[in-house]
Amino acid sequence: MNPLQPIGHVTLGFLATIGRITMFSGISLSHLFRPPYYPRIVIRQMIEIGYFSLPVVGLTAIFTGMVLALQSYTGFARFSAEGAVANVVVLSITRELAPVLAGLMVTGRIGASMAAEIGTMRVTEQVDALTTLSTNPFKYLVVPRIIAGVTMLPILVFIADIIGVLGGYLVGIYELGFNPANYLQNTWDFLESFDVVSGLIKAAVFGLIIALMGCYHGYYSRGGAQGVGQATTYAVVSASILILCFNFILTAAFFTVDV
Amino acid sequence: MVLDGLDLDIGTGESMVVIGGSGVGKSVMLKCILGILTPDSGTIEIDGENVVGLTGSDHDRVNAKIGMLFQGAALFDSLPVWENVAFRLLGEGMNRKQAKEIAVAKLAQVGLRPNICDLAPADLSGGMKKRVGLARAIATDPEIIFFDEPTTGLDPIMSDVINNLIVSCVREVGATALSITHDMASARKIGDRIAMIYNGKIIWNGPANAVDKTGNDYVDQFVSGRTDGPIRMAVRA
Repeated sequence: MNPLQPIGHVTLGFLATIGRITMFSGISLSHLFRPPYYPRIVIRQMIEIGYFSLPVVGLTAIFTGMVLALQSYTGFARFSAEGAVANVVVLSITRELAPVLAGLMVTGRIGASMAAEIGTMRVTEQVDALTTLSTNPFKYLVVPRIIAGVTMLPILVFIADIIGVLGGYLVGIYELGFNPANYLQNTWDFLESFDVVSGLIKAAVFGLIIALMGCYHGYYSRGGAQGVGQATTYAVVSASILILCFNFILTAAFFTVDV
Repeated sequence: MVLDGLDLDIGTGESMVVIGGSGVGKSVMLKCILGILTPDSGTIEIDGENVVGLTGSDHDRVNAKIGMLFQGAALFDSLPVWENVAFRLLGEGMNRKQAKEIAVAKLAQVGLRPNICDLAPADLSGGMKKRVGLARAIATDPEIIFFDEPTTGLDPIMSDVINNLIVSCVREVGATALSITHDMASARKIGDRIAMIYNGKIIWNGPANAVDKTGNDYVDQFVSGRTDGPIRMAVRA
């Protein structure tokens, strides 16, 4: 066998997948701007993605903020810069950790659930039934999830920002002995609106990625229960990797704006 | 290639049943008519209009004439029974109260009581799911109704109940019906005409009461359920 054959096979498969995902995303986004819309489903998805993800995102944020305060104190104490702990916590949380960690947690919770739900609908002919009932599956299944993902992730991340900073504050005050007023003043003084806004923009992009990957893998799942199981795995893995990739791309873009 | 040179005409108000073994392309034929799959070539005409390749509102306009009962009922898990039945009505903008009244009436037509309206599909038995699927198929009094293996997975008595409901519903709505099945009892009961599909083609087509004396070896073997004959089932060792 030609040794280049498997490499070519994998490369072609990868490019075909990229093409399919691009087509799916293009079709989905084109339906975003064309009625009919399904507000009841959008609201249901918003509650599912936003409200029900709050506990897991909140817990992630508070523990991350607490750990960040402890670790940055350990590092900064070595060159007597303990006063920078509050700044590091707020900048790290708002610009980086809240959007990325919230994105990854929501991917695990919602991306998998979207893929499983739509995948089950696919293998039980419910998606075909939508077509026969003159309902476009993209409008009914994909668009509401995209709208909910893009709008709810920034709200979740904004709440995670507050909870994360609170976590750092609690450790700073009760464990590291900072003055509460000074800690809050340092937090506020060094925080710029763009720090928060850049995190929220990232969150909106991550929400789009989670919804698209969950819907794509569910929509094209095949082969019964095993196919649906694979779809959930692919949805979580691909969304997680894309979130990390796009996090770098967006951070690099914001870096040029900052500089 | 699944379908190859398939040619079938169905008259208005006629109940046509297409029989054939598993995997011969019966469901593919239905999905091509519904626009879920697109054939590589050929034409499919509904009321004289070629529906192959129709998209968007044109596709929706044609599908609005059609009701479909899926093999597994394909009820939407996330919606209660009545919203499943009234799905198309709600999609057309009918208010929820009026849509629910119609859903209750259609459920009664298939022998189901109003108290199941707010149940989830997961709470229903297989036979009840089929009946709800049938109520959804006739909810808008469509001109054409498709039935995909309507009795698969049901016990003989429930199969007969479903067959009777199909016959009565099709008559009441005055619809043209196309059913696919490999259940001969069902085919005899619900079909005015029966056609047999084999190797992607219609190999016999005639009145339902003539299916036992077609003189076609393939049809005879299928109808009598014999293993010996010209049809060789693909069995992997």
